[in-house]
Amino acid sequence: MEIGFTTAAYVVAAVLFILSLGGLSNQESAKRAVWYGIAGMALAVCATLIGPGSGFWLLSVILIAAGGIIGYQLATKVQMTQMPELVAAMHSLVGLAAVFVGLIAHIQIGNVATGDPATFGAFAQLIAKKSAVEINILRVELFLGIFIGAITFTGSVIAYGKLAGKVDSAAKKLPGGHMLNAGAAILSLVCLVWYFNSGAFLPLLLMTLAALFIGYHLIMGIGGADMPVVVSMLNSYSGWAAAAIGFSLGNDLLIVVGALVGSSGAILSYIMCKAMNRSFISVILGGFGGPAGEQMAVEGEQVAIDADGVATALNEADSVIIIPGYGMAVAQAQSAVAELVRKLRAQGKNVRFAIHPVAGRLPGHMNVLLAEAKVPYDIVMEMDEINDDFPDTDVAIVIGSNDIVNPAAQDDPNSPIAGMPVLECWKAKQVFVSKRGQGTGYSGIENPLFFKDNTRMFYGDAKASLDTLLPKID
Amino acid sequence: MSKYGGWSVKIGTPKEIFEGEDRVAMTPASVKDLQKLGFDCVIETGAGTKAGFSDQTYVDAGAEVVKTAAALFKAADIVAKVRPPEETEIKRLREGQTLISFFYPSQNEKLMEAANKKGATVIAMDMVPRISRAQKMDALSSMANIAGYRAVIEAGNNFGRFFTGQVTAAGKVPPAKVLVVGAGVAGLAAIGTATSLGAITYAFDVRPEVAEQVESMGAEFVFLDFEEDQQDGSATGGYAAVSSPEFAAAQLAKFREIAPDMDIVITTALIPGRDAPELWTKDMVESMKPGSVIVDLAAERGGNCKLTVKDEKIVTDNGVTIIGYTDFPSRMAAQSSTLYATNIRHMMTDLTPEKDGQVNHNMEDDVIRGATATHKGEITFPPPPPKVQAIAAQPRKEPPKELTPEEKRAQELAEFKQQTRNQVTLLVVGAVLLLAVGWVAPPSFMQHFIVFVLAVFVGFQVIWGVAHSLHTPLMAVTNAISSIIILGALTQIGSGSFLVIVLAALAVFMTGINIFGGFLVTRRMLAMFQKS
Repeated sequence: MEIGFTTAAYVVAAVLFILSLGGLSNQESAKRAVWYGIAGMALAVCATLIGPGSGFWLLSVILIAAGGIIGYQLATKVQMTQMPELVAAMHSLVGLAAVFVGLIAHIQIGNVATGDPATFGAFAQLIAKKSAVEINILRVELFLGIFIGAITFTGSVIAYGKLAGKVDSAAKKLPGGHMLNAGAAILSLVCLVWYFNSGAFLPLLLMTLAALFIGYHLIMGIGGADMPVVVSMLNSYSGWAAAAIGFSLGNDLLIVVGALVGSSGAILSYIMCKAMNRSFISVILGGFGGPAGEQMAVEGEQVAIDADGVATALNEADSVIIIPGYGMAVAQAQSAVAELVRKLRAQGKNVRFAIHPVAGRLPGHMNVLLAEAKVPYDIVMEMDEINDDFPDTDVAIVIGSNDIVNPAAQDDPNSPIAGMPVLECWKAKQVFVSKRGQGTGYSGIENPLFFKDNTRMFYGDAKASLDTLLPKID
Repeated sequence: MSKYGGWSVKIGTPKEIFEGEDRVAMTPASVKDLQKLGFDCVIETGAGTKAGFSDQTYVDAGAEVVKTAAALFKAADIVAKVRPPEETEIKRLREGQTLISFFYPSQNEKLMEAANKKGATVIAMDMVPRISRAQKMDALSSMANIAGYRAVIEAGNNFGRFFTGQVTAAGKVPPAKVLVVGAGVAGLAAIGTATSLGAITYAFDVRPEVAEQVESMGAEFVFLDFEEDQQDGSATGGYAAVSSPEFAAAQLAKFREIAPDMDIVITTALIPGRDAPELWTKDMVESMKPGSVIVDLAAERGGNCKLTVKDEKIVTDNGVTIIGYTDFPSRMAAQSSTLYATNIRHMMTDLTPEKDGQVNHNMEDDVIRGATATHKGEITFPPPPPKVQAIAAQPRKEPPKELTPEEKRAQELAEFKQQTRNQVTLLVVGAVLLLAVGWVAPPSFMQHFIVFVLAVFVGFQVIWGVAHSLHTPLMAVTNAISSIIILGALTQIGSGSFLVIVLAALAVFMTGINIFGGFLVTRRMLAMFQKS
């Protein structure tokens, strides 16, 4: 098949991908949008298979089918609470694939230099036509592709481990901290110059190892609640890696899609950082900064309440807002929450959800969990939509959230989370907090909400608590 | 079982002997709770009648009913009552017996000495420190709450109009305007009651930090045009402190200004241990409309209005009713007895940490120490200041300034200019960078580079439109399409070299997982989003 046809197919595929992302602007068009994406991908793969440069297409189809079966298994079996892990794991595959394709390009440059380009396929012939300057640019491109791909790979593996609970989710650094990362980055830079001049394999290998280390060490140093930023960042990286590879292969579709994915991840990271009122750099460098001064002492006591008390208040309330957090996902309490909402709504009460942008471990994590439990999405509100409604709300229920409802962010200029936008649930007439015990949240900051006069603590595992509560709602 | 010779400890409540006192310190409900703590309950016959609790209800709850007060004092190890004891009651106390009641030890020194001579322990419910932990036994607050509520009801009873504004077929009724002076517990309760009846409510307090509480109850805080160093409410145990003469003058001037507009004024200003400050002067009363009502909750200590007559309702020459009752809680005996009995029960809970019916009078405990007036033959009043401070003063918040239309327009214009400047700067920097790249890079690179830049641009435009709730599907779908890297592997797989084939095959396989996994899981997620 001619190159012209392949290129045309790529243009159509690129348009389909853009439509697919654009369609996610609302829940209904999103259902259509995903089909655009699938069609685009199918078109791109088919056009490549029958286009120039490919061979062994039977092998390719078998491999894709085999991968597809595994992918299908993963996609249908995964629990919605495990979405963050799945997304992280899939990022690692993209990263590794980028590393491999980068290596292939390197090998091809070598092949062209030593043998007859005609025997090594279309890409080799393309390389053979290039001038020395272009070859050098090619080297930089594939170097970058491998570098970003390798960081994405180990970073995603560690992120997966942390999200799946296989690696301790606390922030950990090797002695030397960020100096190690900086050292590895400098080493990579040296390798780049070396590789640029020599084209040898050794600097490429050294750089790959350094990049693998950076990915590992960088993500090890970031704690559990910052995961939304990390996962979005890795998402972005996987896109940039694809774009860099696209440059080295001279493939415009790769460049377009890589750029789309890269900017999408970057925007998500930005939104997440803004929701925590922290700069991207401070999240990546890990940990919360030390407090700027003495924090306000928290006074009072946490008053506990039992299921009967909560049930009475809920039965009397007209408007209820529920604020879910990671704790709800951990306890798998989403269906119990949904059942509670159904019962309350059946009584004609105004029940809504307030979702903080960084609730959970993945952007939009809570929305997906609630959707899974069949909570209608039009009662699930964003922070900005609902924050002004708390003063008119009878009962706010906090389930497994902590820092995102911490009034210290507004009241205490010395708090480590000062200035972070939070859900102002304490303005509701009554607040119930479902929480395991009296500990502090991820950031280790005492939460004055728990000590407020209108707050009652509903201790216990979220799911178990809700299950005892449910029969009492009539 | 007990230190009182094998019997379990008995809590007893006599009939109140103070004239006109309808409350009772024990209710059938509190009897049940006290029994859970391991105590036996005993009550004098008829003690709860005026509050609406018959002897039978006490018996049903498991209490023992005795005929006389003397028998009750004999039977009970702990005597719980409402009013401070009278001399006859003090005489009945015995060594080792505990008395729990309102006691006002600073004003009743003789009584305290008498009780101490008898060897009895006295726990004064009015001395419970005002800290968060002790709120559940803060009887002054629960009584003040009732007083505030009842004050509004009493005012409404004597006020000839609706509280709420109405438009009826017979004409328009304006809403009543209520001013509450002093936003303590009673004041806040009065505010809440008045607003829920539909009145337009204003409130004033010398502590500006309570403005937020006032506003949360639905009233408007009356601010003075006066700057003074803020007093720390915690220094005085959460009560107001005495204000400076200048402040007092500014306050009176403000009241004088608003007095003619007010239909109902409820004054609750009291500073512990002092006479009530005069806040509502004679000329203010005279400037009020006929039919207006003043309820003076400070009547017991002389009244915030000097025309107030304690325990009486008077009507001034210009037709303003001034109510000076001091027994508001007793006028709602059923409610106040329930709350007071609960306060007593909470006090007993703290006194019996093991819930085994054994009193552990822990003088190290701030709350118990603070409330104890006499113990083991010693007068322990006044207590040392509590270790935990009451509510701290909050930095005063400036109310957000209303912008005039001109200022708003100027602000918008400035914002627009700022945005334009930012955008232009970004564009210029971007263009310069692009040109710089184009200067050195070969044309074949530039071709791809332009595609790249445009794609990033499109990406940014498109992604901002994505709904927040769809961020997870967005990540899954970008994940799937970033597997487009499969094209790189597919174009290489047939290129001959063995190493290349292996690497390419692996890449194809992995991205295959990703493509199918990513799209399928996105579809699965999106299918779950349902409208109600």
